[in-house]
Amino acid sequence: MITATNLTKVYNGTKVLNIGHLDIPTGQSLGLVGNNGAGKTTFFSMLLDLIQPTTGNIFNHEITVSQNEEWKEFTSSFIDESFLIGYLTPEEYFYFIGDLRKQNKADVDALLLTFEDFFHDEILGKRKYLRDLSKGNQKKVGIVAALIGSPKVIILDEPFANLDPTTQIRLKKIIKDLTAQKETTILISSHDLIHITEVCERIVVLDKGDLVKDLMTSTATLDELETYFSKDLTLKEEV
Amino acid sequence: MFKRLFSLEWKSFFRSASLGKSIGLKILMGFLALYFIVAFLMFGIGLYPLIIKYFPGEEPLYLVNRFILVWLVLELAYRFLLQNLPILDIKPLMLLPIKKRKVVNVVLLKSLYSFFNFLPLLIIIPFGIYNIYKQTFSTGAIIAWMIAMIGLTLSVNYANFIIKKNFTDNIKALIPVVVGIVVIASLDYLKIFESIVWFGKGLNAILEFPILALISILIVAIFYKWNQKDLESKFYLDASLKDEIKAANTNEFLWTKRFGDIAPYLQLDLKMIWRNKRPKTTVYISILFLAYGLIFYGNDTYQELPAFFVFVGIFITGIFMINFGQFIPAWDAGYYPLIMAQNIPLKKYLTAKAGLITFSVVVLAILSTPYLYYGWKIFLINIICAIYNIGVNIPILLYAGSFNRKKIDLDKSPFMNYQGMGATQWIVGLPLLLMPLFIFWIINKFISFETAVSVLLGLGIIGLILRNRAISFIAQRYNRQKYAMIEGFKQSGE
Repeated sequence: MITATNLTKVYNGTKVLNIGHLDIPTGQSLGLVGNNGAGKTTFFSMLLDLIQPTTGNIFNHEITVSQNEEWKEFTSSFIDESFLIGYLTPEEYFYFIGDLRKQNKADVDALLLTFEDFFHDEILGKRKYLRDLSKGNQKKVGIVAALIGSPKVIILDEPFANLDPTTQIRLKKIIKDLTAQKETTILISSHDLIHITEVCERIVVLDKGDLVKDLMTSTATLDELETYFSKDLTLKEEV
Repeated sequence: MFKRLFSLEWKSFFRSASLGKSIGLKILMGFLALYFIVAFLMFGIGLYPLIIKYFPGEEPLYLVNRFILVWLVLELAYRFLLQNLPILDIKPLMLLPIKKRKVVNVVLLKSLYSFFNFLPLLIIIPFGIYNIYKQTFSTGAIIAWMIAMIGLTLSVNYANFIIKKNFTDNIKALIPVVVGIVVIASLDYLKIFESIVWFGKGLNAILEFPILALISILIVAIFYKWNQKDLESKFYLDASLKDEIKAANTNEFLWTKRFGDIAPYLQLDLKMIWRNKRPKTTVYISILFLAYGLIFYGNDTYQELPAFFVFVGIFITGIFMINFGQFIPAWDAGYYPLIMAQNIPLKKYLTAKAGLITFSVVVLAILSTPYLYYGWKIFLINIICAIYNIGVNIPILLYAGSFNRKKIDLDKSPFMNYQGMGATQWIVGLPLLLMPLFIFWIINKFISFETAVSVLLGLGIIGLILRNRAISFIAQRYNRQKYAMIEGFKQSGE
């Protein structure tokens, strides 16, 4: 269970995030959508205590994230390339994250085996440092590393961006499998409305920091979102 | 078009993040530049009278000519180490409708504005004017000589780029060049073929036949063309514009396992050091600085001042500690958010860093044992300084690290590189180096050498005993500064 209450972030007098109350029950898969500058990454960064909220708090399984570090033991994330260590090979990076999450080499190897398809033979055993991999392949490494050690909460910022179509489809399957057991809470942001409605059971729309829509995904959700995001366009046409 | 490209260069200089460097650093760089300018200018002006004074009967120009080849080789060496052709700047221009040749010319001509090309002028021109004033040769001949000299300097400028481009990725390919220079030098030394003299005679000939100065201009033109052709042929993303990808080194540093739960961090730090240019060079510099003591120990001036040996001891055993420690945790700036969001207790993170530095101090202390040759006092001071470094200076450096807000690019060379430097680095130097020196000096002066040494030893041991608590305290401070540090490390530093 993740709860955000009265959460705001103000930069130089501009409110970039303003969430009155948001509850995310354990096991839910939540999709965060919104145009650039909507506050998606800001929200995730606050959830990971990388940015200090101006007011309010976030509770991750009853732990106030800004005051106690214990949430780190069951929360994992991949936000951007600053979550990768450029001078490590993918294997070394996975083992390092494994070490941090109390998984030995064999555990990590076993997990990696299940992602063989996802890696498409471009990641492991290539004797390349992460900094020399393409953006898409870096992303694959970051996403899989976030799944090491069966975390209770997984946060992925725009996981579909930069991935090739085959990998996008595989990633959707991975996320669906994870959420099927209803044990892992997954938070995903994306600009791709089709992907996100497909894998998330709940969609939250942010607009310039405000929470404007909170929908349980149904067959009508995609249409509703598309209408919402094209409203500026239709308004202009009417004028 | 040319003008527009140059205005782009101008903007990139004045709008770069580095222009916002801290004021103190700019002043320091300014002073350094000023120092070199004044030094070269004084040398240029003083060269003629000095030669007259110390080498009476010699024709100054002939004498100078005899040393030109040596100078050019030295110039090539320091340019090789310090000067770079900013080739990556080409990349954004590739898609625009600008002729390749034009872009290449801009890059090549821009290199003329380098400080390295400016300095030799400060010698050549005053020396030439002095010669004209003294009318040693005809004015035309001396001007031809000056032109030839400037031509040679610029040839070195362009030759350096050719050498750099073809050899930097592959140090082994440099061996023939070095062997060539060594062979020529030894032939000269053995007086079998005195290339230095012959080169000097060639330059003397210019004074007789000024038209020969054209040869040096021709050499510049050849090197320029060579560079031009080379760059044009590499005007593709996959050629030289792309950074070389080397096969990964997969040393696992498994021996660190014995250090228990800080092992993953130690492994990470060791990999960081061995696989990235800047920290790796820091290690080499530390080993070089072991020789620092040679300057002082044999020198009689310092024998009456044992406090100074404390300074040297702290420096020798702690040079890696200083060079590496002052930038903790900026070394990890590129992935600091990961470190903060992952399951990494800060205390363990810091303990691992302290462990690594302790290890370096111990190794450097062991390597410094040959200084026993200069007497047991010096040996004792070095060992005590090592213990003081471990006990007191490491926590001080870790604490100072919490003030670091500037990112470090691991892949840049540390020479003349002030990235990551801030007020912290300057201020922390005081307690680090001067405090032990002062403590030792006062006690040694008023009580005795033995007491002074014991006090330093005592402080070091107390520090060691309290290390755990000190690190807990420092970790709290890192936690409080966390948001500001994440924010700072995100900026592309300089």
